[in-house]
Amino acid sequence: MNKGLWGLIWGLIAVVALAAVIVVAVHRGEPINALWLVVAATCCYALGYRFYSKFIAAKILALDPLRATPAERLENGRDFLVTNKWVVFGHHFAAIAGPGPLVGPVLAAQFGYLPGTLWILAGAVFAGCVQDFVILLFSVRRDGKSLTEMAKEETGTVGGIVAYAAVIAILIILLAVVALVVVNALKDSPWGTFTIAMTIPIALLMGFYLRYIRPGKVLEVSALGFALVMLAIWGGQWISQSPALAPVFTLRAQPLAIAIIVYAFAASVLPVWLLLAPRDYLSTFVKLGTIGMLGIGIVVVHPTLHMPAFTRFVDGTGPVFAGKIFPFAFITIACGAISGFHSLISSGTTPKLIARETETRIVGYGAMMAESAVAIMAIIAACVLQPGVYFSINSPAGIVGQTAAAATATISNWGFPVTAADMQALAHAVGEQTLFNRTGGAPAFAVGMAHIFSQSLGGSAVMAIWYHFAVMFEALFILTILDAGTRVARFMIQDALGHIYKPLGRTSWYPSIILTSLLIVAGWGYFLWQGVKDPLGGINSLWPLFGIANQLLATVALCVATTIIIKMHRARCAAVTLVPLIWLVVVTFTASWHKIFDPNPRVGFLSQAHVLASGSATGATSRLIFNNRLDAAVTGLLLLMVAVVLIESVRHWIAILSGRKEARVKEAPFVQTRLAEERA
Amino acid sequence: MTTLKNAVRIFISAVREIFDESAYARFLKRTNMTSSSAAYAAFWRERESNRPKPRCC
Repeated sequence: MNKGLWGLIWGLIAVVALAAVIVVAVHRGEPINALWLVVAATCCYALGYRFYSKFIAAKILALDPLRATPAERLENGRDFLVTNKWVVFGHHFAAIAGPGPLVGPVLAAQFGYLPGTLWILAGAVFAGCVQDFVILLFSVRRDGKSLTEMAKEETGTVGGIVAYAAVIAILIILLAVVALVVVNALKDSPWGTFTIAMTIPIALLMGFYLRYIRPGKVLEVSALGFALVMLAIWGGQWISQSPALAPVFTLRAQPLAIAIIVYAFAASVLPVWLLLAPRDYLSTFVKLGTIGMLGIGIVVVHPTLHMPAFTRFVDGTGPVFAGKIFPFAFITIACGAISGFHSLISSGTTPKLIARETETRIVGYGAMMAESAVAIMAIIAACVLQPGVYFSINSPAGIVGQTAAAATATISNWGFPVTAADMQALAHAVGEQTLFNRTGGAPAFAVGMAHIFSQSLGGSAVMAIWYHFAVMFEALFILTILDAGTRVARFMIQDALGHIYKPLGRTSWYPSIILTSLLIVAGWGYFLWQGVKDPLGGINSLWPLFGIANQLLATVALCVATTIIIKMHRARCAAVTLVPLIWLVVVTFTASWHKIFDPNPRVGFLSQAHVLASGSATGATSRLIFNNRLDAAVTGLLLLMVAVVLIESVRHWIAILSGRKEARVKEAPFVQTRLAEERA
Repeated sequence: MTTLKNAVRIFISAVREIFDESAYARFLKRTNMTSSSAAYAAFWRERESNRPKPRCC
C-alpha cells in the first residue's frame, strides 16, 4: 500500500479515536453504550503503538536488528532461548495479567466510569507501556539482568540495596491485599468456598497425573483439570443447598484467612510439581480463556453503562475507599495503567527469550496494551451494574449500616436508588444468601461479568453458574499469585540471608525453606489478618497501600530507565520516562502524605488511630490503633526508600549533565547477530 | 491459507511455551532422556533450583 493511503487510514483512526474519546468524556445524562469505550481504547492503543512506541524505538532506544540478544549469545536451552516473538508475547502477557487490572478499575468505578477510563488509556499509552518496553530493552542489553541489578549498576549500590528492600516490602503488601480480595469474595459463600477448596485436590491430582501417568502432557492435564473445576462449580449449587454440607463450607472471614495462610505456606514448602505448578497451569488455562471470552462477550452484548461519568464521590467521601479523585483514582488503578511489578517481569524471564531487539516493542509495549484492554473490560463489567447495586455490593457495613434496609436506605439517599428486594432477588439469581458488604471488587466484577455472559450465553437461568465461574476465575489466579509470590519473596530473603549464614542461602535446604517461608507468610498474613478484622472492610486501608507500593516500584523502574537514557546521550528525549516519573512522584507522594497525615480518620492512618485512642480502651481498639500506626510507618518507610533511589538518581543525572561524571552505560558488548544469515 | 496455518502454528507454540511443554521437550533433548516419570522429576529438580517466575498482580 502506498504511503498516502496509509496516511489516510491512520488519519481516519485518529478522527474515530478523537470522536469516541469526546463522546465518552462529554456525554452526560443518558446512559452510554460500552462500545464507545471499546472503540476509544482500540484506536488509542493503535495510535500509541504505531506512532509513540515507534518514536521511542527509533529516536531514543535506537533498536538495532543486527545486535545479538542474550537469547542468541547465551543460548543454553534452559533460561536463554531464541523464541518466536508471538510466543514471547503470549508468555509475557500470561505473566503480567493478574487480578490487579480487574479489581482496581472496579474499585475506582466509585468515581464514575470516566476518571478510570481516561487514566487507563493515558496511563497505559504514555507511562505503563513505555516503562515495560524500555525496561525490557535495557535488560536485553544487559544479558537479562533484573531491575534491582540494573538499579545497583546504573544508580549505585545504595539505590540497588534500597530497590531490593522495596521489592520485598511491596511483595508482602501485594500478597496481603490480594488474599483479602479472595477472603471477601468467599466469606459466607458455601458455593464459592467449595469450588475453590476443590481446586486444591484437583491441582494435586494434576500434579500426580503429570508426574506418574502422562509426564509432561501439561495441556492435556490442564483441560482435564478445567473440566473438573467446571464440575465443581456445577456441583457447588447442591452443596450450598445441602443442610448438612452448606454449614461446613460457610466460613467467616477469619477462618478463611487462616486457611489461606496455611495453604500458601504449604504451597511454598511443598515441591513445585505437586501443587504450585499444576495450579499455575490451571489458573493460566482459565485466565486466558476467560479474558478472551469476556472481550467477545462485551462486543457481542455491547451492554449499556448505568454508572454515570462522575459520581458525587469525587469529593473523597466514597464508601468503597475514602479519598479524593486526585490522587486516589491514580493509585487505585495501577496494573491497567502503569504497574511497577511489570518491571520485575520485563527484567525477569522475558528478556532471555527475545530473538531481536526490535521485538521488544511488540512484547513490552504491546503486551501492556493488552493488559490495559483487560482493565477497560473490568471497568465496563463494573459500570453495567445499576449504581445502587454496585454500591450495595462494595460498601462496608461500617459505612452503610448492618441491615439490608439500612444499607439500601443510605445508598438510595446518595441518589442511587436500590431496594432490599432488588438485592435479595439478585443474590438469589447468583446463588448467594446476600450480596451486601462484599467489599474488595471481586464480587462486583463477578456480578457484572455474569450479567454480560448470561445475556450472550444461557440467559438468566445460568446467571448463578456464571457468577461462581467468575468468582472461581478470580480466586484461582489470586491464589496462584499467593503461591508464586510467596515463593519469589522466599528466594529473595534466602539470597539476602545467605550473606549472613551461607546454608540459609541454599534454596534446597529445608530448615532455610521453612524459616524463610514462615517469615514471608507471617509478614503478609499479619496485614491480611489486620484487613479481615478492620471494621471498614480492610480494602479501605490496604488497597491504597498496595497502590502506593506498586506505583513506588514503577518510580524506581522509571528512575533506572531515565538514568540509562541520560547516559545514552539522549537527555533531550528523556521526557518519555521523566514525565511519567514526575507524575508518579507527585501522585504517590501526595497519596502517601494523605494516608499518613490526613485529618479525616477514614483517610489518614494517624488520625484514625487518634480517634480510636480517644474512645473507650479495649483490647480490640488497642490492636486497631497499633495497626493504623503500623500502616502509617510502612507507608513512610516505602516513601523514604523510594526517595533515596530518587535522590541517588537525580545526583547521577546532575553529575552526568554537568560533565562531572562520565556517561557510560553498562551494556553487554555489541556482537553482530547470526540469526539473519542462518535464516537466509 | 499459509498465513492461517502459520498463525495456528504460532498459537500452538505460544500455548506450549506458556504451559512448559516446550521447556520439557528441550530438557529431554538436552539431557538425551526419554519422557518418563524419572525424567519429569529431573526436569522439576532443575527448575526448582532456579528463581521462580514472578506472576504479576
